[in-house]
Amino acid sequence: MDNLIIHDKAYSSRLLVGTGKYKDFAQTREAIDASSAQIITIAVRRTNIGQSTDEPNLLDLLPPTQFTLLPNTAGCFTADDAIRTLHLARELLDGHSLVKLEVLGDPNTLYPNIVETIKAAKVLVKNGFHIMVYTSDDPIVAKQLEDIGCVAIMPLASLIGSGMGILNPWNLQIIISNATVPVIVDAGVGTASDATIAMELGCDGVLMNTAIAASKNPILMASAMRKAVEAGRDAFLAGRMEKRTSYNADPSSPINNTIASSKNKVT
Amino acid sequence: MIQLIINGQLQHFDTTLSVAQLLESMALKNKRIAIERNGQIVPRSEFGEQTLTDGDQLEIVVAVGGG
Repeated sequence: MDNLIIHDKAYSSRLLVGTGKYKDFAQTREAIDASSAQIITIAVRRTNIGQSTDEPNLLDLLPPTQFTLLPNTAGCFTADDAIRTLHLARELLDGHSLVKLEVLGDPNTLYPNIVETIKAAKVLVKNGFHIMVYTSDDPIVAKQLEDIGCVAIMPLASLIGSGMGILNPWNLQIIISNATVPVIVDAGVGTASDATIAMELGCDGVLMNTAIAASKNPILMASAMRKAVEAGRDAFLAGRMEKRTSYNADPSSPINNTIASSKNKVT
Repeated sequence: MIQLIINGQLQHFDTTLSVAQLLESMALKNKRIAIERNGQIVPRSEFGEQTLTDGDQLEIVVAVGGG
């Protein structure tokens, strides 16, 4: 089986999805089912004091027995906030230690703050967390995060929620060739072909939220993304044909024994 | 009377109370939540025994949708 292995656990799906921006819980669940994703990101937020506590809970919708829940630190701009958020998440999920670390640099770009990300990663590894880390597409930083002990490196394809696809496939290729842990493109995927390109480059997986949730038909897009990731993975494993170096054709059918040639010469 | 800062909001209580009693008063008993008290996680097993004191800062969180 061609499984994605993250921290000793095997996953048959290489598509990881988020749970934000959906119309309601029913749509969230339907999209996740259509995506066949097994690793699902969630966020941690203050409970609303004084409001109805009978509201459905995300953890009831996505039983941790059925999915690998990946709590994130979205919205954290300092290492300290990210560390506190993940300690709360671990308590919330009964000791679950696999987490997504993201420390953001500014609210307009949501670009990762690498200095704070590295600071948080060092502390969290010491505290027994297994970290899948959101980072820039800088190959040196990616290697440093791996050396700290992160279990997956998750470079952005482009800015979170931008849907602009893979802006620097060359950097991703360097990151992939240097890494000994899974490399998962996180953020920026806009449509199915973006996911396929990421997988064809050799990424081990793709994590997305907005590309599915903000499409016109999230359920159909979730299904498209599943196929796109599978297609890209298969194409990567199959190994693409060599591109010709000059632009001329190479016929797919035999060049001799056409009926035209038999007319010209009688033997 | 004690004052607690819960999720950034100042709240007043007539008597000292345990974390478990606080959760009951907020209708959060047995809900899927996690609590941080003055920067330290309060394990679920200690909800009954940890007594809150004046000025405590609490964060009570839940899982929500996110990417």
